[in-house]
Amino acid sequence: MIGYLWAALILLSFLTAAMRGDMAVITPAIFSAAESGVKVAFGLIGTMTFWLGIMKLLESSGIIKLLNRALRPLARLLFPKVPEEGPAMDAILMNLSTNILGLGNAATPFGIKAMEEMQKLNPHGRTASDEMCTFLALNTSSITLVPTTVMALRASAGAANPADILGSTVLATLCSTLVALLMDRLLRKKVKR
Amino acid sequence: MLFRAATFVAVWLVPLLIAAAIIGSLRMRVNLFDRFIEGAREGFAISVRLIPYLVAMLVAISLFQESGAMEILARGLAPLLERLKIPAEVLPLAVMRPLSGSASLAIGVDIMSRQGADTLIGRIASTMIGSTETTLYILTVYFGAVGVYRSRHALPTGLLADLGGFVAAVVVCRLIFG
Repeated sequence: MIGYLWAALILLSFLTAAMRGDMAVITPAIFSAAESGVKVAFGLIGTMTFWLGIMKLLESSGIIKLLNRALRPLARLLFPKVPEEGPAMDAILMNLSTNILGLGNAATPFGIKAMEEMQKLNPHGRTASDEMCTFLALNTSSITLVPTTVMALRASAGAANPADILGSTVLATLCSTLVALLMDRLLRKKVKR
Repeated sequence: MLFRAATFVAVWLVPLLIAAAIIGSLRMRVNLFDRFIEGAREGFAISVRLIPYLVAMLVAISLFQESGAMEILARGLAPLLERLKIPAEVLPLAVMRPLSGSASLAIGVDIMSRQGADTLIGRIASTMIGSTETTLYILTVYFGAVGVYRSRHALPTGLLADLGGFVAAVVVCRLIFG
């Protein structure tokens, strides 16, 4: 799926540029974007390293057990095949709770860790498991209740009350998450492994 | 008041989480520093493993923008979005949101500076950004990290969730602010 989209993006870009007689933009765009891909990855190293260290400490501090308890009923419902006690569930719960609190940067390393642990449980190798798809559905739909970045943007754009969109955001987030979970369930059986 | 509370939470949460991790580990009498290093060691390899996926995706998206194809797609989608009552002003945002986080934030800033942050359009744009995620980025990073390349229904699910979030943002904002 991503492969087709990728191919389509590139080929349609070439076609558009050719039709507009603007082929000159293509090559520089490729080089600068390729470079920024590496920059993004290298920019992640520091945060990733630090948060994975903190996560190890959270593991040994017993705090994850508290978080586990609070979110467990929901997680058990959504990820029936992930062992209740184990690194996969721990990482899933950490990702969900940091996401809910709007700590997007903190949530990503936990999310990647969760995927790695779920991959260990995945019998299909290169094909995503049901649990991975549900996890992705949650993450791609946004489960953030405190959209800190948006509030900062609104403040800088001169909003009288930058937080006045909190209510509408929570409602819209609920909708997008419900759509995601619904579609995940509906499409799961239709898409073969 | 709410904003202050939210800012307060945002500012305090990370330090509190770190402090709790450290104090909790001290109480459990684990070898604090060794544990930290043990976890941190994985950070570099995981980040570096992302490079091919990020480069692939960023090149494609940048080409799509630079070539002018993004503009054409936005124009093509206009009738559909009109039927969903998504205002034309937020259309580029709706197209860009699933593809690039930083680009969609930039478009959001652009919309708010043109229309005003406290207009209906400005609030719809804010709600759209807050209630959705950069689907393609998350898909790329999360599946890329574990080398899964058959993502099954994850992409359509994420895109439909974005669409659901956009429509909900418009409806809810019209109800609350309209």
